[in-house]
Amino acid sequence: MHKIRQTLARVYAGAFIFYMLLPLVIMSAAAFNNTDKIPAIVPWKGATTKWFAALWADDRMWHAFQNTIFVAIAVALISVIVGTAAAILINSVSGNLRAALYGTMISTILIPGAVIGISTMIMWTKIGNGLGSDFILFNPGLHLSVLGQVSYIAAIVMLLVLARLQSFDQGLEEAALDLGATHAQVMRRILLPHLYPAIGAGAAVSFFQSIENFNVTQFTRGGADTLTIYVFSKVRSGITPTINALAFLLIIVTLAMAVLYEMKRRRNASVEAAREAEARRAAALEEAII
Amino acid sequence: MSNMIRRYGASLTLLICLLTAFWLLMLVIVPNITLLESSFRPYLPVTEIGGPKDVYTAANYMKVFNGAIEVSPFGFTFQIPVHVLTFSLTLFYSVVVTLICFALAYPLAYFMAKILSARSLPTMFLLLFVPLWVSEVLRAFAWWMILALKGPLSWILLKLHLIDHEVRWIVGYNGVMIGLVYTYVLFMIFPVYNAISSLDSNQIEAAEDLGAPWWRIHWRIVLPHAKPGIASGAVMVFMLSAGSLLVPSILGSTTSQWFTQTIQQWMLDALDWNTAAAYAFLLLLMCTLFVSLVMKIFRVKLSDIAN
Repeated sequence: MHKIRQTLARVYAGAFIFYMLLPLVIMSAAAFNNTDKIPAIVPWKGATTKWFAALWADDRMWHAFQNTIFVAIAVALISVIVGTAAAILINSVSGNLRAALYGTMISTILIPGAVIGISTMIMWTKIGNGLGSDFILFNPGLHLSVLGQVSYIAAIVMLLVLARLQSFDQGLEEAALDLGATHAQVMRRILLPHLYPAIGAGAAVSFFQSIENFNVTQFTRGGADTLTIYVFSKVRSGITPTINALAFLLIIVTLAMAVLYEMKRRRNASVEAAREAEARRAAALEEAII
Repeated sequence: MSNMIRRYGASLTLLICLLTAFWLLMLVIVPNITLLESSFRPYLPVTEIGGPKDVYTAANYMKVFNGAIEVSPFGFTFQIPVHVLTFSLTLFYSVVVTLICFALAYPLAYFMAKILSARSLPTMFLLLFVPLWVSEVLRAFAWWMILALKGPLSWILLKLHLIDHEVRWIVGYNGVMIGLVYTYVLFMIFPVYNAISSLDSNQIEAAEDLGAPWWRIHWRIVLPHAKPGIASGAVMVFMLSAGSLLVPSILGSTTSQWFTQTIQQWMLDALDWNTAAAYAFLLLLMCTLFVSLVMKIFRVKLSDIAN
């Protein structure tokens, strides 16, 4: 009976992976189908790469691509700075203040994107109207998308950095101060290097969260396109398999990064295993000598 | 705080506080207060803003009750305002999506945490992470293709002689549900997996040795232990579903309307930002109430959910 349930679980897991990946395979395969206009996988009319050529020649796509990268870099940069500062602050306060700050920061993850988008848009336009200023910051546009996205992505960075701070030995800072280090040196040479892995992970997560974002961008973007908006508007009106070609390329990039990450992890694991074996051999040798 | 000044000095401490204040005040608190304030003001031409007509009013919220339509669920026929209907259906279907996601995710999370060997686990994660990192718009688009009238789903069922003519799959809320479950089920798997993997396997074995049937082991041991993970997954899936705009726009039919789509119409089509603010605030309220309810039922704190 036990065996049957285990087998069933395995079959279920296999089916689930299939369910997760098959739609992506179908979407990618349609990029190569030699159809006229509408993306489709059946009927198969022979292989072609013409949709990739069409994608390459699509100026609007390139423009959206550029915007996406700019927005993502800006979001990652601001989120990392703000999120790290917030984590350090949270880590040094306690009691009610800490609970209130932490609660407010976390709740940003749970606010629907539409609400963030609309509230960001209304506030900055109101400030602009109040000042009677026509400065670019106060008009709809991708800069407002950046601010809206930072409002919740910074919380993700904060959580990552805060987790890393738990393993930080504050005695190191004390020692450095006793030895005459300046405050800036303590920050730059002791605290930040310890946080770098979390900051790096935070930057990567922010970057990809920003690329994915639709809701906040849709309400704040003015007339500008990002890649997500571009794909969305294409699906709504006048879709061609160029979108499948784009999807295929994005999936390939995702896959490549996943495989690279896995290879790095395996290499680290094998280095670790080799080190352990070395230590064991050394210990055994030592014992034999004694 | 004094500790912080001692470590990093007054100027760095000030900088850290300013950065945090910028985030929480300028990007979170003040925008939301502005949203609430605007939602109580009428939509006026620019010249009349600040004039005699610019007074606080609940009129924007009252628009929810405009324009009744007739619905007849389960044979009962009654009149209901369109936007109230949309709001209720969004709430209802988001809960259903959350339940389906849990039903799909729980067996897999258990399998990954307790049955799968430690060696194959990274591969499993890798396979699950790939769809997670492919953007939402593409995942919705993939199902748009699959569910098309002459799409691959109809095609394969025709070939297998399971149906005798092409079926229109995207009817009512079908497409939206399929899309939302596919897009957000992973947000249920990871927290539930985390919770179950912290359960000591000895407890399960002890229960088995004492003769407990498998369903009772799940009911009495695994499920109670996984509670924080389930709460966290449920909140994530519900919030993402109720707040989703992409999936309902791409996979919606002519008879499906999501509350975010209504908000978008006020904001971008009618250009009535004040009413959009009022509706957005209602959405925020719905989500806040749901989160509080889940926290109450599962007896967990907000900090447990965020992890």
